[in-house]
Amino acid sequence: MKKILTLVTFSLLLGMAGCKKDSEFLNVQPFAILTSEQSFSDANQAVSIVADLYNRVADMTAFKNSWESFIDPGEAVPSTFGHVTVQRNGWGFGEWGNWDYGYLREINLFIERATAATTLAEADKKRFVAEGRFLRAAHYFEIVKRMGGVPIITKSLLYDYSGDASSLQNPRAKESEVYDFVIKELDEIKGDLPIAPRTKDRATRATALAMISRAALYAGSIAKYGATTPTVALPGGEVGIPASMANSYYQKSLDAAKAIINGSAGSYSLYNKFPTNASQNFTSLFVDNADKPGNPETIWIEDYKIRSGKQHGFTIQNQPIFGAEEVEGGRVNPSLNLVQSFELLDNTFAPLPIKDASGNPIYYNDPMDLFANRDARLHGTVVVPGSIGKNRPVDIFAGYQLANGTVVSGPSLGFIGKLPGSTADVKLVGSDGPLNAIEYSAQSGFYIRKFVDPAVGSGSRGTGSEVPWIRYRYAEVLLNAAEAAFELNLPEAVGYLNQVRKRAGFNTPLTTVTFDRIVNERRVELAFEGHLIFDKKRWRLAHIVWDGSQMTETELTANIGDPRKRNTQPFALWPYKVHDPGSPNHGKWIFKIVKNSIVTGASRFQLGNYYSEINTTILANNPKIVRQPNQ
Amino acid sequence: MKVKYHFIVLLVLGSIALSCKKDNYAPPSSALTGRLVYKGEPIQVEYDRVPFELYQYGFGKVGPINGTITPEGTFSHMLFDGEYKFVIRPGQGPFLWPQSGGKADSISIIMAGSKSMDIEVNPYYMIRTPQVAKSGTNVTATFKAEKIITDAVNGKSIERASLYVNKTQFVSGTDNIGKTDLAGTAITDPNSISLTTAIPTITPTQNYIFARIGLKITGVEDMIFSPVVKLNL
Repeated sequence: MKKILTLVTFSLLLGMAGCKKDSEFLNVQPFAILTSEQSFSDANQAVSIVADLYNRVADMTAFKNSWESFIDPGEAVPSTFGHVTVQRNGWGFGEWGNWDYGYLREINLFIERATAATTLAEADKKRFVAEGRFLRAAHYFEIVKRMGGVPIITKSLLYDYSGDASSLQNPRAKESEVYDFVIKELDEIKGDLPIAPRTKDRATRATALAMISRAALYAGSIAKYGATTPTVALPGGEVGIPASMANSYYQKSLDAAKAIINGSAGSYSLYNKFPTNASQNFTSLFVDNADKPGNPETIWIEDYKIRSGKQHGFTIQNQPIFGAEEVEGGRVNPSLNLVQSFELLDNTFAPLPIKDASGNPIYYNDPMDLFANRDARLHGTVVVPGSIGKNRPVDIFAGYQLANGTVVSGPSLGFIGKLPGSTADVKLVGSDGPLNAIEYSAQSGFYIRKFVDPAVGSGSRGTGSEVPWIRYRYAEVLLNAAEAAFELNLPEAVGYLNQVRKRAGFNTPLTTVTFDRIVNERRVELAFEGHLIFDKKRWRLAHIVWDGSQMTETELTANIGDPRKRNTQPFALWPYKVHDPGSPNHGKWIFKIVKNSIVTGASRFQLGNYYSEINTTILANNPKIVRQPNQ
Repeated sequence: MKVKYHFIVLLVLGSIALSCKKDNYAPPSSALTGRLVYKGEPIQVEYDRVPFELYQYGFGKVGPINGTITPEGTFSHMLFDGEYKFVIRPGQGPFLWPQSGGKADSISIIMAGSKSMDIEVNPYYMIRTPQVAKSGTNVTATFKAEKIITDAVNGKSIERASLYVNKTQFVSGTDNIGKTDLAGTAITDPNSISLTTAIPTITPTQNYIFARIGLKITGVEDMIFSPVVKLNL
């Protein structure tokens, strides 16, 4: 009886289990993958998707692109045995190219799916869609800077496998149309983005306005200065913007900048935590990790956090090598070309005083004296000989200068040897160099300070740094406003420029603005922040300053501050200690301008470099795409 | 573990037997050589500055075969037999390449065995009767700049004339150890332009030097040059 009962129960259970319909049985939801409906069901879920899109924003100079991306032509020497950036005579036409439509497709999908989401709260949905459109505009801006007009795709495209792909082939839009698209999109969504000055790593209203300000400024200057290079244009307008459009772009740029300056997008201001020490202040602006949301200057950053899996190695790669936390450092060596572009505090340009009128060296008790009375941003950007590097003094000197004119030096960092007429062992070369073609040494005589994290451990591979990469900051907005107002002949331009200069320690305000001033101000304020190449491109100065000619020392020290000045090769400034017992100059310092042995090439920017090459695969796949000019 | 050698031997023998078939295509064997000329005189340009492209149609996607014109104005490529199109893109070279509708016209080349051909181009200027000589510690040069394209639409003025010297036979604005520039506005008589530049000290020393005259034309990126001259010091 018991046996029968068990059997019956068992077969009943079996029958019940087997009753499921085949279609249901096979239709098992995956456990590891969310459907698009599920992923947009909850705001926290959707944040992780938008975070991935933020993570993939394209930058040219950035921590994620390693230290090499900071070697701007003429502005820095790469501290290696030799590096292509100072050995080549120019750039291939494909340099700086970006045709990342894969990323754009995913942004388009994100926008479509967020729009279709049914369970998201209306406010969340609005913000996500606005962020998607913001990222799309940011990417189009990035592409148009490099490629000129590109096809504008605003929805996800799908191939129907019909064998005919012509529905996916779109022609290039005009360059002005892409800029218009970027500005229009940002204009439309800025209202949907929160006014949140403490939010730095997601789009806010100020981020959208700052991007409008930069994009419109770029478009305006391409329209205005493009007239000087008439061959850099295509008859269909895919490259080149008519000069008549310049003023309306400048006006848009100024309006957007003013919207941030007057506080309508939240309260932003120049970082000024150390009002009595302008150099310290400028240094801290970039590395103040204690209160990142409280930094009033940053608008959009790519944030990093140690012990979270997202940290970067910029400090590892660029800490002074003497006393470094790793056997690595000192990669980016700012050039003398850049260092001498920092003005004197009386608003004039002057070469560093290393020789008197008759050509004899000037002797200094303290190497820091050579750099006295200059723009405070110099010490905030560059580690000069005699200053404090990453929390300890740097040891930069190239050797001993003897009375008979010869130099005693050594072959390696911190080399110990004997001076003539002495039996005592002394250090003949600084432990930080400079030495030609010796890795990690300050080959130009300088190290970079900007972005180098003073935090202990930030220079070791196990920890890394959490200094944020700043994409947009308030000082740039002021400089955008100054430039746009200057181009529109508005007197307010000088006020914006003076705000930035005052923070840099200039107490005498400028009374007039010139184009030259704006160019130099952007060069020194925004050095190593990824602006230089694009600025030179939009002003159509790139083929003039990088003309491929070798430079001489006389040429280097002449006409400082001239925006058309040649800058094809980075120069070095090497300090020497004087060894001349009995002379009053014994133990003092002198400086010599040298060209590093690794600097063999001279950058030549061809007209065909203004817009990066659209490669032959793209041209073959889509016959509607027209080629770039001058290539 | 016992290694079974006969398996290894079998494997090696097997792969040798199977790989015996010839699987390589013959390399391209027809040489295309030629010069860019103006009335029989080659156009002298800068090293690696004037690219040309060859296209062959009929094999799916089309991409260029790239090459550059040598400083002496010659070009060469190894090709398969067939029909090609030769083109120099607008904006390249110190000459006016024929265009229609903003696009460069191409020249059809039919390869059947090796071929040598001169391509006639229309330069903006030609450097005529260049005389480059050493005098003392200087190099002096005289030449005549003949304006070839004279019509109002395409005619261009001279931006500058330059004399370059270098240690090697690559002599140009990029590769030089000494140079002298003369602005176009300072040229009074284009029929007699003279330039002088000092010979710098050369380390390590060598007893010869190469010199070349270049002419930069306003609004044209690539310069036109005179033939390279070797001077014994």
